[in-house]
Amino acid sequence: MSHDPAFDNDAWRVPVVARPAQDSSIEPRLRKLWETAPGLWGALCSVDHKAIGKRYLVTAFLFLLAGGLEAAVMRLQLARPDQHLLTPEQYNQLFTMHGVTMIFLYAMPVLSGFSNFLWPLILGSRDMSFPRLNAFSYWVFLVSGIFLYASFPIGRAPDAGWFNYVPYTSIAYNAGINIDVYALGMILLGVSTTVGAINFIVSLIRTRAPGMSVNRMPILVWGTLTASAGNVLAVPAVSLAFLMLWMDRRVGTHFFDVAGGGQPLLWQHLFWMFGHPWVYALVLPAMGIVSDALPVFCRRPLVGYTAVALATVTTMVLGFGVWVHHMFATGLPPLSLSFFSAASFVIVIPSAVAVFAWIATIATGRPVFKTPFLFFAGFVLVFVIGGVSGFMTAAVPVDTQLTDTYFVVAHLHYVLIGINVFPVLGGIHYWFPKFTGRMMSERLGRWSFWTMFIGFNVGFFPMHIVGLLGMPRRVYTYADGLGWGTLNLVISLGAYVFALGVGLFLVNVWRSARNGQPAGANPWDAYTLEWSTASPPPAYNFAVIPTVASRYPLWEDRLSGHAGRTTTDEGFLVDKGRETIGTSLLDAEPDVILRMPGDSPAPLILALALGVALLGVLLRAAVPAAAASLCGVLALVIWLWPERALGQIEDPAHG
Amino acid sequence: MTLRHRLWGMLCAGLVAGDAEAVLPAGGSGTWPLSYLHTAGAAADPATRLGWGLGLVSLGVIAVITVLLAWGIWHRRRVVQDARALAVDRDAGGMPWIYTGVGISTVVLLACVVWTLFTIAAVAMPSRTPDLTIEVQANQWWWSLRYANRDSSRIFTTANEIHVPVGQVVRLELTSHDVIHSFWIPKLGGKMDVIPGQTNVTWLEADQPGVYLGQCGEYCGAQHAHMALSVVAQSPQDYAAWVDAQLRPAGEPSAPDARHGHEVFEGRCAACHAVRGGGAGGILGPDLTHVASRGTIAAGLLTTTPEHLSTWILDAQALKPGTRMPSIDLSPDDLRAAVAYLETLK
Repeated sequence: MSHDPAFDNDAWRVPVVARPAQDSSIEPRLRKLWETAPGLWGALCSVDHKAIGKRYLVTAFLFLLAGGLEAAVMRLQLARPDQHLLTPEQYNQLFTMHGVTMIFLYAMPVLSGFSNFLWPLILGSRDMSFPRLNAFSYWVFLVSGIFLYASFPIGRAPDAGWFNYVPYTSIAYNAGINIDVYALGMILLGVSTTVGAINFIVSLIRTRAPGMSVNRMPILVWGTLTASAGNVLAVPAVSLAFLMLWMDRRVGTHFFDVAGGGQPLLWQHLFWMFGHPWVYALVLPAMGIVSDALPVFCRRPLVGYTAVALATVTTMVLGFGVWVHHMFATGLPPLSLSFFSAASFVIVIPSAVAVFAWIATIATGRPVFKTPFLFFAGFVLVFVIGGVSGFMTAAVPVDTQLTDTYFVVAHLHYVLIGINVFPVLGGIHYWFPKFTGRMMSERLGRWSFWTMFIGFNVGFFPMHIVGLLGMPRRVYTYADGLGWGTLNLVISLGAYVFALGVGLFLVNVWRSARNGQPAGANPWDAYTLEWSTASPPPAYNFAVIPTVASRYPLWEDRLSGHAGRTTTDEGFLVDKGRETIGTSLLDAEPDVILRMPGDSPAPLILALALGVALLGVLLRAAVPAAAASLCGVLALVIWLWPERALGQIEDPAHG
Repeated sequence: MTLRHRLWGMLCAGLVAGDAEAVLPAGGSGTWPLSYLHTAGAAADPATRLGWGLGLVSLGVIAVITVLLAWGIWHRRRVVQDARALAVDRDAGGMPWIYTGVGISTVVLLACVVWTLFTIAAVAMPSRTPDLTIEVQANQWWWSLRYANRDSSRIFTTANEIHVPVGQVVRLELTSHDVIHSFWIPKLGGKMDVIPGQTNVTWLEADQPGVYLGQCGEYCGAQHAHMALSVVAQSPQDYAAWVDAQLRPAGEPSAPDARHGHEVFEGRCAACHAVRGGGAGGILGPDLTHVASRGTIAAGLLTTTPEHLSTWILDAQALKPGTRMPSIDLSPDDLRAAVAYLETLK
């Protein structure tokens, strides 16, 4: 290959190997290439995965607060029997929006936030494969969140529960725009989830650092990969279902309409074909956070890496075969119920693999009692409680009693708070230094953990009992004399203690971001690649692309049995534009220099245009909808306009 | 007037107002009338045993994991001089934990699967031919009940309160008039969803006489919370007497007040409610032919007392916001008369 300067811009050149420590011109040059322009406009155009990741995290936490406030109001209403603080309609909107918010606007986006921030850093790359798509995915998420919430002030929020069963959601029984808001908002959110998932998958396939073969990927990467693959397959079912529902309501089709030959159960199948895998997508990346970060605080590698990675994938695969789990009381024949019941039991096995791997890691390691460890260890216990209650609902005859009672409410909160929120909070304490360059306060961290852990169990464990005593979910009030009053009071108090813990956590974040101890590159002495670069990382992540030789790049000199050594101070320097190294699928052999597009307003404009277009559809205002669609097309044209820097226009040097 | 719509009170009052002759021991009552921790019928009991079994296994798992976790955390807090030291070398040890833990879990799990499959078969269908079939139609937010019979003169319709003979297999054919509901009498069996466009079949058998409370189990709109029902299990003799009473049409009341009430009813209520033999044939609301014999009105919300009938007629929308029953503006005289008429519908 020629080193002729005329070919410097060639993606097929052999990249230079450099040592940044010996060449002080490298980092300023990279900074100039990768840094986002200052100011608001720069921020709106940014495609930096770290900025996008942090935006995801912050936005998801704002939605968590909104969902938490909704829960707080509901717990006031339910604290005593026969309360009438809320009308049934208000209560029904609150519990629906609480579920929609926590499941769709918090739990998945917060994981996208982690993965967006972390993937290129963990994988040793400079950005996600499709940076603009990444920005688009965030903006669409934000727009769909605002779209769903805009219905609240006008008292027209979705009110049929997050699984939105027809025919209660048909026009005959729910004539307002509440359900249209939900349907269109979910279609929009599905766009965000799908493009985000595709971006993760392609980034994984293409942009791992040289040497990071599939058996060296951190479990978080396995978790997010599996969740993304699940999302790509599952989201179409729900987007289609919501489109069909919207058409039934506003166009006059009859997919779910009995009178027109439709089938209400079709909705349930479509929804849960999506919904059940989605639940696994909400927990697998969070389990990955624990599998990667817990070992750091046990001072040893994870026990059973291969088993845990395979268990992650197995869970997702089985997760596609258990959707009827949610439909045991719908009158399906006993034979098919038996199949789905057995499948639901079997899915416990991969979870058991992960649980015993974590316990073994703790037991054979040397636990370091930092706040993240507390969250991860607490998570293991909560995970098991949420797991065994799920195991009980797998048994059809037991489930027909448990389903739609507070037992299931307890189960799903143990799953979603236990398996999502606890690892996420542990993960934030763990990666906060990487996000901000500062440590979080240990003292406040401990306080917030114990407050949350106690509040959570006091608040949610009694839900199991009140469910066994027959309390149905989704009731806006209940009569005295059913034996539920005291337990509900305890539940409400526990929930407020939990909320206090979340408040302490937020205070900690706020204070630490401003006055926390400066962290340094690797404050926890962790082993993954993101800890080899500065905290916070520079815009280009790594001055040179690292070369990975093992599963524990930064622990190699202290672990035996590694032939090679990971290098982070010397490697491919790709600096002729925004570039990173593309590698092969299984072995991560360096393959190509990938060129990446720069900052652009197009993703934001397209997301806004989509939002406005759907608003037009919602209000059935054809002109604004058409105008916004046109804007969207223009944004796409700007987005996709060929650029010489990306090699999309043939270079005249090639003749 | 104090409005006590305490369900517990309703239960007790139901016994008095409804079936004075029925002996109603602990069967369906207790501190937790909707709890299914203890059940009282062949359609429920195998599942209850399985539930206790799985619950105990679950508690055992939680206990074992808690102990392992606590032991794992505290058993050897080694003091290590070098803060950068690692506890163990690469992949040294630990795998036996996974092999043992997953191995034991799998065996327990498979045993549970087998037990579950046998239980599914046990509760799916009764072992005998049903003695009685009741067609249950769920509505927002009440239950219409039609007692089927080959002899068409012995078919009758009632609402919200299912009477069954003790020890007999009752087949329930469930249909919905509007949205999805779920039929659920916790002490007598699990839920069966009631889905428009299809007839789901379930069954129950009550071992002991008593009142067993039920509740709609699937969110169905504004008043899902107030869509209760009950099963009154009686001795076969009492049940037969109840059926005979239900079959009798309502007659023309003799008292002048009630006669006036009948006219008010014809004018203001008959479009939605039926009274067999009383001239009213509406089908949108519950059949009221023997409303005064039922323990509660408004799908379990209120006990059937004259005061509650009055407040319900006047102010249904305040008591059960969103109910299809409008608040009816009646003069005090008309209201008193209407209630007097309803009181005659025993």
